[in-house]
Amino acid sequence: MSALESLPWWAAIVTAFLLVLGGLITVLGTLGLARLQSFYQRIHGPAITITLGAGCILLASMLYFTVTQARLVIHELLISVFVLMTAPVVAMLIMRAGVYRDMRASRDEHDGDDVNSP
Amino acid sequence: MRRWLPSPLLSASLLVMWLLLNQSMAPGHWLLGAVLGIVAPLLARPLQPHGHARIHRPLALFRLLWFSAIEIVRSCFNVSQIILLRRSADVNSQFIRVPLDLRSPHGLALLSCLINSTPGTVWVEIIPDSHELLLHVFDLHDEAWWVDTIKTRYEQPIIEVFEGPGTDATGERT
Repeated sequence: MSALESLPWWAAIVTAFLLVLGGLITVLGTLGLARLQSFYQRIHGPAITITLGAGCILLASMLYFTVTQARLVIHELLISVFVLMTAPVVAMLIMRAGVYRDMRASRDEHDGDDVNSP
Repeated sequence: MRRWLPSPLLSASLLVMWLLLNQSMAPGHWLLGAVLGIVAPLLARPLQPHGHARIHRPLALFRLLWFSAIEIVRSCFNVSQIILLRRSADVNSQFIRVPLDLRSPHGLALLSCLINSTPGTVWVEIIPDSHELLLHVFDLHDEAWWVDTIKTRYEQPIIEVFEGPGTDATGERT
């Protein structure tokens, strides 16, 4: 509790704001997974979680520990760099798997005349 | 120099990564980080058939990353708005094709990371025959606007960064 008590009010407000915003955005991303109908729409939901959601929470962490420990704590930057480097690759792999599955399914069903993918 | 430090920028980034990971500026960590920065690129060189990326214009790269960061935040709010307020059937999700002039493999990798990081767009693949990029857009209003944005805002700076001013716009290496 001592670290929490030494936190000045302005830092507490900004940290809380960033945490709540990041949490809301993460919930929105998962809500997208539940609400959207097709596979190709659902893949766009988690994208906001990994960019802005994770970004807000990591910013809050950097601010909180920098202020309470009275030194620069920025190794969270590494987390965001690695997330931004790996998440797009996963998205691309899932997308291509989906496209090829649809192409094969439609070819099996009625020999060509693909509706979903060009 | 070239032989032991094939890519100074990569070595410097590894050193910075090591120092950040350990949260320490002690001389011992500088030494360990320097060893990592020299040894890791040498060990990883056989894994990179295209060689190390050469960045011709770092300033253009930073401008590009800054623009993409703004674009990511903007599209985050657009996508959240669509998820919250619109019915799934009303969202116009489409595949579009963007003709690309960019040929550098490192440039294409960077372009795919930027496009996939931006919510609302997912890169599917490059069609080998026509070298067109197949892209899936979450909510499509205007196809010409997307093609234009990707070509002028993303592709042109990436060509500048990786292929340098010595090459022409078609991306053919001289």
